Amino acid sequence: MAVRKLAPEEIQPDSFTFSSENMAFVAQQIAKYPPGRQASAVIPLLWRAQEQAGGWLPRKAIEKVAELLDMPHIRVMEVATFYTMFNLEPVGKYFIQFCGTTPCALRGAGDIKKVLERRVGEQNHVSADGNFSWLEVECLGACCNAPMVQINDDYYEDLTTENFEKLLDDLAAGRPVKKGSQVGRRSSEPQGDVKTLTDPHLYDGSQVGAWRKRFEEEAASTASAGEAAAATASAPSTPKPAKPEAGRAIESEAADTPAKRAKEGEAPISQTERKEASDGKRATAVEARTEDAAKPAPQSDKSYVATPSKPSGGAPTPDAPSTPVAGTPPSDTPQRRDGSESKPDVTLDKSNKPS
Amino acid sequence: MLQDKDRIFTNLYGFHSPDLQAAKMRGAWDGTKFLLEKGRDWIIDEMKKSGLRGRGGAGFPTGLKWSFMPKQSDGRPHYLVVNADESEPGTCKDREIMRHDPHLLIEGCLLASFAMGAHACYIYIRGEYIGEKHALQRAVDEAYEARLIGKDNIHGYPFDLYVHHGAGAYICGEETALLESLEGKKGMPRLKPPFPANMGLYGCPTTVNNVESIAVAGTILRRGAAWFSGIGRPNNVGTKVFSVSGHVNKPCNVEEAMGLTFRELVDTHCGGIRGGWDNLLAVIPGGSSVPCVPAEQIIDANMDFDTLRNLKSGLGTAAVIVLDKSTDIVRAITRISYFYKHESCGQCTPCREGTGWMWRVLTRMSEGRAQKREIDMLLEVSTQIEGHTICALGDAAAWPVQGLIRHFRHEIEKRIDDYAANPHSEPAMIAAE
Repeated sequence: MAVRKLAPEEIQPDSFTFSSENMAFVAQQIAKYPPGRQASAVIPLLWRAQEQAGGWLPRKAIEKVAELLDMPHIRVMEVATFYTMFNLEPVGKYFIQFCGTTPCALRGAGDIKKVLERRVGEQNHVSADGNFSWLEVECLGACCNAPMVQINDDYYEDLTTENFEKLLDDLAAGRPVKKGSQVGRRSSEPQGDVKTLTDPHLYDGSQVGAWRKRFEEEAASTASAGEAAAATASAPSTPKPAKPEAGRAIESEAADTPAKRAKEGEAPISQTERKEASDGKRATAVEARTEDAAKPAPQSDKSYVATPSKPSGGAPTPDAPSTPVAGTPPSDTPQRRDGSESKPDVTLDKSNKPS
Repeated sequence: MLQDKDRIFTNLYGFHSPDLQAAKMRGAWDGTKFLLEKGRDWIIDEMKKSGLRGRGGAGFPTGLKWSFMPKQSDGRPHYLVVNADESEPGTCKDREIMRHDPHLLIEGCLLASFAMGAHACYIYIRGEYIGEKHALQRAVDEAYEARLIGKDNIHGYPFDLYVHHGAGAYICGEETALLESLEGKKGMPRLKPPFPANMGLYGCPTTVNNVESIAVAGTILRRGAAWFSGIGRPNNVGTKVFSVSGHVNKPCNVEEAMGLTFRELVDTHCGGIRGGWDNLLAVIPGGSSVPCVPAEQIIDANMDFDTLRNLKSGLGTAAVIVLDKSTDIVRAITRISYFYKHESCGQCTPCREGTGWMWRVLTRMSEGRAQKREIDMLLEVSTQIEGHTICALGDAAAWPVQGLIRHFRHEIEKRIDDYAANPHSEPAMIAAE
């Protein structure tokens, strides 16, 4: 974490307004996000504000962005101070972000830093002519071209003290400079020794459509084989649906549960459901085995299923309590829905006895 | 060496044009409609069978991740978010994909979104990649113009793709921090569960994938799961872009088969170690977050997830940082420690306070201004940070320090002895616990 504060009040401008082109940009950015989610555009807008204000973010610009996005000032202030690419103080015309993280340091970023200290001065200070200021930043993601710096929008890679000094000279004198690698590399290829991607067939269009042979062969084998084979071959097009729960049971919330309804302020169990649950006819039909009907059903230890009491005759009686009255013997509820019927009958254990 | 015809990123170095016409000649956008017509389940099944493991660092199977998305929308839109916030020190592969092969990525976005029922996709690109943002935006505009994507496109699946630009925060590479940032907040990671597949961007089902994982999808579907899974070693299949940096003669990005040995990788593509193989000290094989591995263990090790995990390190993003014997290893790890101190978002105390503490102690150790018993104290503190934070940044900060102490404790001790052997006006300090 870095402590980042706004620039002192003396240098803060009195007002900030986006130019008309930038207002068009603002509208275009907000349109990228769903309605009501305009806060998503805060970073692009702050970027544009920083560009317009000359490379740093004055307080008024932050407040302006907040107004445009209908956000509280503090939320935008948080964003502006959290993200390190928003400069809260003025920077030089050429703002040099020097990468000092290990991969660059291994390849001589220390020497580059000395050049900066000697020529530009301390970090975060604009040079006397207003041209340069520099800052040591963390990995800029061009590690195969280390050491490197970013000057305003562009990367300058494969630096040595000599070519970096020359780069600074050229910038100061307003001469055109070469972006990217300073030693003639195209990008991040091994310099002068590219052994890969040399096959001309990759680029002459012969790869286009070559892969279709696989699908054609698959289709042909499907057509030539019998009906059974055809069913197997076409299986991949209708595979078993993947289980979203696999390996991450807690990830998916059950779609419609009493707990969820309770959370959303609805009655966990609606009256109609209560009524339906107590309707014997609608209960999961289980064919009671005749031998079971005569003797008490085994008591289940699963207590989480509300077993509706079954009035004689099976007629729906809305007044009947939806849970068994305490003391009701299990035999009075022959149609249990807790799965106990399907359990092995504990009284039929004679066959298990050694004879 | 992997044959050229088995490479997916055929314009990795930008020797050819990145524009649509050239990309089509190289095989992008070839038969995308045919693939979409095979159906959602076929795509997910094929990705699962290919054995592709996420290329962003954790190595989670991509096909499985896609299958976590709800099959049926409950009224909320689904989103695909592509993590192009490439900031892990050592990693610079996604940058090359975005500026040189952007159409593979855009096509992958369409295929992945279709497989997950998403009609909108955001690519979150790191703030520093301004040139890459423009390159990618240009490619997206081309694709819109050619009606390859958009509300009314030739593939018959309404799909919008937006490039979102960040502003320089490493933590936004963590998937939930990235979503927070995309919603216009500070990039502070969220607690999980709920996982993004259930409650992600704007509270809607979302999948976050690395650029490389998405960009390889089109080619895998075209050439088949069997082709992809035939490259590499069991459970570590396919091709992978390795970013080799540090003390090799020719640092480079290169797409290679997973599981080739470190020696093969460096000798074939990087012109060997600076000063020869005897000069190798250690390697950080998967970006700065993973512990370093000393030379004798890494030289003939296979560069894949499982082998490196057994070496108590990891493949991570396959950003191979090579350190030769001229390296001050304690200082190198101290610099990494500073990186995590700088990039901690400040949400969880163990990380916010611990990363700074570790950096301060390591700074003294790198000069020798420390006590030997502090080495164990440092190790102890690092285990107090690891696993006690919302996101993995705490772990990532602790692992390099643990790797240093595991393999180079003697180096720290030597430095403390050297300091103690010379007279100093100030006595060596000791850390407050």
